[in-house]
Amino acid sequence: MNLIVKPSKDTIKTYVPIGLSLVSLSILDVFVNAFFNLNLMAFMPSQLSYFLPLILGFIGFYLIRIEFSGVRSLDILNKNINSNNFNALLTLFTIFIIIKSIPPMLDWFILEANFTGNSKDDCTGDGACWVFIKVWFNRFMYGLYPDAEQWRINTAFLILFLIVGVTFFVSEKLKKYFILFLVFVFPFLGIKLISGGSFGLEYVESAAWGGLSLTFIISAFAILFCFPIGVILALGRRSSLPAIKYISIGFIELWRGVPLITVLFMSAVMFPMFLPDGTFIDKLIRVLIAITLFEAAYMAEVVRGGLQALPKGQYEAAKSLGMGYWRMNALIILPQALKLVIPGIANTLLALVKDTPLIFVVGLMELAGMIGLAKTNPKWLGMAMEGYVFAGLVFWVICYAMSRYSQNLEKKLSTER
Amino acid sequence: MIFKKFSIENKKARDLIPQAITVLALLSIIIYFATNAQINMGNRGISFGFGFLNQEASFDITFSMIEYDGSHSYGRAFLVGLLNTILVSVIGIFFATIIGVVVGISRLSDNYLIAKVAEWYVEIFRNIPLILQIFFWYFAALRALPLPENGISFNDISFLTIKGWYVPKFIWTNFNIFLLSVIAAFIAIYFINSYATKQREQFGKQLPATSISLATLILIPLITFFFLGVSLTFEYPVLKQLSSTVYTYEGGVSIIPELIALALALSMYTATFIAENVRAGILGVGKGQKEAAASIGLNKNQILKLVVMPQALRIIIPPTTNQYLNLTKNSSLAAAIAYPDIVLVFAGTALMQTGRAIEIISITMLTYLTLSISISMFMNWYNKKMAIKEK
Repeated sequence: MNLIVKPSKDTIKTYVPIGLSLVSLSILDVFVNAFFNLNLMAFMPSQLSYFLPLILGFIGFYLIRIEFSGVRSLDILNKNINSNNFNALLTLFTIFIIIKSIPPMLDWFILEANFTGNSKDDCTGDGACWVFIKVWFNRFMYGLYPDAEQWRINTAFLILFLIVGVTFFVSEKLKKYFILFLVFVFPFLGIKLISGGSFGLEYVESAAWGGLSLTFIISAFAILFCFPIGVILALGRRSSLPAIKYISIGFIELWRGVPLITVLFMSAVMFPMFLPDGTFIDKLIRVLIAITLFEAAYMAEVVRGGLQALPKGQYEAAKSLGMGYWRMNALIILPQALKLVIPGIANTLLALVKDTPLIFVVGLMELAGMIGLAKTNPKWLGMAMEGYVFAGLVFWVICYAMSRYSQNLEKKLSTER
Repeated sequence: MIFKKFSIENKKARDLIPQAITVLALLSIIIYFATNAQINMGNRGISFGFGFLNQEASFDITFSMIEYDGSHSYGRAFLVGLLNTILVSVIGIFFATIIGVVVGISRLSDNYLIAKVAEWYVEIFRNIPLILQIFFWYFAALRALPLPENGISFNDISFLTIKGWYVPKFIWTNFNIFLLSVIAAFIAIYFINSYATKQREQFGKQLPATSISLATLILIPLITFFFLGVSLTFEYPVLKQLSSTVYTYEGGVSIIPELIALALALSMYTATFIAENVRAGILGVGKGQKEAAASIGLNKNQILKLVVMPQALRIIIPPTTNQYLNLTKNSSLAAAIAYPDIVLVFAGTALMQTGRAIEIISITMLTYLTLSISISMFMNWYNKKMAIKEK
């Protein structure tokens, strides 16, 4: 494309200042328009004034696009956002859309939002009504768990975080015992503390559990159980014994072929039919079993990927050292295979956490379920947006942190130099 | 020696024992469950069977692609649910693919801003549970739309309101002829392309196969409009007053908000995973391939079309198949916002009315299994077609 002027290194002194000022002018115009509702170009005909920032910015970017200008910052700018006409247009569109969308977001989230008060009538602004979150915060975290007993959930999680924290700092020798305690002893102590019924603690039935703490409880237990089951299934699928191999394949493919919601339906309405009349298994436990088996099938496929990626030589070397099947897998194969599939494992665990809200199907209410309950409360109608934005933020923070952690772990454990 | 036969040293016996134990354990669990189920059903006076599928369903479904009302059978209701599931999955897959490919390519853009925006799109939508996104669109975003009387109008042809999106209805005459012409066009395109490939491989001639195919696809159906009596008119939705305050639209097709929310959430969520697959696929093509292509004089578009994409597709297709499967299974979350898919209609309402938990849940699960297996079989076939043919 040859316009009338062709900026080059010789004419850099004339064109770059003009170009930069045109670009700044166009951005300034959109900025002022978005934030102060002023139209700097109002003197122009209306159609033109609408497109003027785009045209000015485009010409400006054209003028400053000088290859090998010798000015370092200009070169970096051109390379990254202004390498050709199409890119310049994309850049302008992106900048304009971002600038345009900031004020309404800012208004809704902060400027026009209400933070103080304790009923819907205190929400007078046009923005979000964060009072809703504030009033219901306790319910969103603990569900219908009695207020007076909530310290038990807090204590359980506090102890968990403390032990995890301490585990990072103790010596290698002690670390083993800490991890064993965390995996085999603590979950059951914690659940006893929360459910109560002994040691003078009041019994709280699982139907009252809910909110974010339930999300954590279900995720933690499902992760704890689905990992070993998944590894066993993966080994079973790779087994040379036909019966074990085909049972594993059938089991894995059955769970992977159906949606979780039907599995939960099954645990709620179909499973009780399979038990002797009068046997009652707690809803929470049934849900846990369903989620665990479901995610274990996915975990098995991930682990199988790692097992298949290992060279045959590893198996042969282990066998030639006289190792049996279990020793070979535990000491040689699995440590390498699992390391290979850390991203896959992390994704499966993330999927598990993201799947927990589905337990609404059987009537258990974690965070999303509690918001559904709160927004249908006659005193708080019309608060869906605030509720779901809040829940979305909470889940986003958890999931984003998990994915970041797994990326770091992957880097740390990588043995490739 | 008898000990030798059963001792742990004997490879055959050693293999047999764990297998026998597993099979026996599995069998005993199945038998235990089956006897319990039989006793329980006997107690409640119901017998196992699928006869109920022919009984009158006597409940209504808000959205159906085939004729259905309460007087139809449970089997028909199942079909309505299944079609609704397929509808939302197809829409979701279509948009997820488009968004996913655009975002995936954008992530590799040399424009820093575009790459960052695409990256944040992926980070945001991937890390929020799908069910929350569905709730957000349905309960928060779509509820903010205006009532029918002030619906957002697109040129007075289609209206977006809180009750759904009203679009013009297509009224065809001689639709069959049109359909046949489209099929004929596709067959013609197949022959054009194989002829072009032959010309290229044998004589080194480059035919503009893409433009000719496109022209065929447009021209052949167009001919039917002028010569074979096919015509298409539209029935536009018109605002109508029901009572002093209640308005609605008449005519046209109404796309219910449940479908919009579900399709939006499913496609935006799944698109993030497809975007990552696309990105990984393009990155997976070696730099040497691009340089080699450039050095034999291909231009940028030719490199992308002839060298990079065919190789990238091989990496992209298998994980993307998985995402299509996931999307189809995730469409079952429809039950949460009362979109009448197979789970809501069949495993929800029909189960509630008949109480036949075992039959209904098994049918539902088998349906999903069949859907999953058929999609993965189709994709395996496609994958095989695309795979490197080693000479």
